[in-house]
Amino acid sequence: MTETTTAPVEPETVGQTDPPRTAQPRRRRRPPSPGRVLAWVVMIVLLLLTLFPFYWMLRTALSSNGALYSGSTSLLPVGFSWGGFERVFGLQSTEEAIAQGGSGASIDFWLYLRNSVVVATVVTACQVFFSAMAAYAFSRLRWRGRNAVFAVFLLSLMVPAIFTLLPNFVLIRDLGLVDTLLGIMLPGLFMTPFAIFFLRQFFMNVSTEVEEAALIDGASKVRVFFAIIIPMSVGPIATISILTYIGSWNDYFWPLMVSYTDESRVLTVALGNFNAQTPQTGPDWAGLMAATLVAALPMILLFLVFAKRIVNSIGFSGIK
Amino acid sequence: MSAPSVPRERVRRRRDDTRLALAFILPATIGLVVFYFWPLLRGIWLSFTSWDLLSPAQFVGLENYRAMVADPVFWNAVRVTLLYVVINIGLQTVVALVIAVLMQRLSRSTLLRSLVLAPYLVSNVVAALVFLWILDFQLGIGNQVLEWIGLERIGFFTSEAWAIPTIAVVNVWRHMGYTALLIFAGLQAIPPTTYEAARVDGASEVRTFFGITLPLLRPILGLVLIISVIGSFQVFDSVAVTTNGGPVDASRVLQLYIYDKAFAQFDFGYASALSVAMLLILVVVTFFQYRVTRAGQTDLN
Repeated sequence: MTETTTAPVEPETVGQTDPPRTAQPRRRRRPPSPGRVLAWVVMIVLLLLTLFPFYWMLRTALSSNGALYSGSTSLLPVGFSWGGFERVFGLQSTEEAIAQGGSGASIDFWLYLRNSVVVATVVTACQVFFSAMAAYAFSRLRWRGRNAVFAVFLLSLMVPAIFTLLPNFVLIRDLGLVDTLLGIMLPGLFMTPFAIFFLRQFFMNVSTEVEEAALIDGASKVRVFFAIIIPMSVGPIATISILTYIGSWNDYFWPLMVSYTDESRVLTVALGNFNAQTPQTGPDWAGLMAATLVAALPMILLFLVFAKRIVNSIGFSGIK
Repeated sequence: MSAPSVPRERVRRRRDDTRLALAFILPATIGLVVFYFWPLLRGIWLSFTSWDLLSPAQFVGLENYRAMVADPVFWNAVRVTLLYVVINIGLQTVVALVIAVLMQRLSRSTLLRSLVLAPYLVSNVVAALVFLWILDFQLGIGNQVLEWIGLERIGFFTSEAWAIPTIAVVNVWRHMGYTALLIFAGLQAIPPTTYEAARVDGASEVRTFFGITLPLLRPILGLVLIISVIGSFQVFDSVAVTTNGGPVDASRVLQLYIYDKAFAQFDFGYASALSVAMLLILVVVTFFQYRVTRAGQTDLN
């Protein structure tokens, strides 16, 4: 939710507009100053705090519940076992699972994964496409009332997402879409004001020369959109798509409201449930951490591939 | 910019794209009207009704608001939410500022920035569950470390005093990197010459930070604060997954109370009134923040 009002910058432009380094004049062959060493120490401590929970997820997921319950503080997995992952993927029989500290309740991980993939993919594709269409109309087409209508769209940035959830649930219920994937996807399918705002910034900067050449050749404005504007804005479109995908994948409150059965359950909601089904013996920590890791994995992979793009997309230059 | 002498060009420039434009904004407009403006109006309307989803909604005037003002759980929720926001935002801003300044002085490598951002990639639910385990009273490594350095174990999620601060810290963990990158972007906008001037005058790092960096960062810091405060007020996921409002009502934040009212007690009218209250609080807080931080104005020119 926080990302919705900040306007990312494209990596390419960031590279160019970076002001020259402000670092102190280089003093070669001298040991770094104590202040600098201290700064690095603080930075490394902060990094360790940032990354430790990820490692701990992995370490716990590869441990066995029996060993965890003995209270070992070993930094390595204790009583190494794939059991946690096996329970998540439903590879253990109920008896086996209970014997290893699981709840034994069946969880259909693949179904939740499929649901999450469907929701995030469809929402991202539709939302970005429709937002791009609107952004095109607001940046490259000439029509009366363009600025006024755009201002109305910007107004919706002020409506906190949280306020629309309850009435939107009522609407989804009126439409008979409770507990369906479509019900989960529908409110996000059409646009977000942020995506329109973001894409408009880039569409406005696409050079008019190519467009005019195409128009002289008799191309329609529709063709200009598909054949010129979209291909020339692949970068920003990819950026907003990744951000939308991550946001949609991680959403919890809205799918929690709409879905009631496995049919429409997405991973985040399933994780919450997995946690709630605590076995008599105590929480199945190994299984739970395996589940959180598996749920986070697609985003971690996406991040590994697109880290540079995502990192550079967070900035302010679009807002000024 | 193009040559004005080409008549064909002028003709096309004047061409009106209204019909095409309307077609292009149609899907987005449906989304805007149906899922932003209509729910806004409907939410306000519902707050004046009594409705359990089954029988038709009944108009009850200000009844919900009257009940709300007299509802101790509501006031408790407001208090708890404010406490959460203050701890969350206070800590997050300071940590993010430290990270941003360190990144600027030490290294701009993409790797470093990626590592810092990593927690933001996982969902609130994942973050909450990991810390539920790390801070578990008996088995969590956090408490084991506390005992090891000779301190008392803490019921991070199970004691009334700790529940809200703990959840606030968990969300600081998830968002500090993101906030740091926003501030980092702001730092880039400060011209290096201002630092050089300070250095020539022999100002210390600390003095430079408080005398130059912080004042010049104010507009961006203001925006970051407004954005993160709005997000912070809407906290729900991490509370729902870890404490579900407990112990007693110690972590029953406003969102959780709204959700309970609507989906556990099917009192949609009252839940809507609570949402309106939340909206008003957000409007007032944002307005004051904007005024106080003068977020829109820069001192850089």
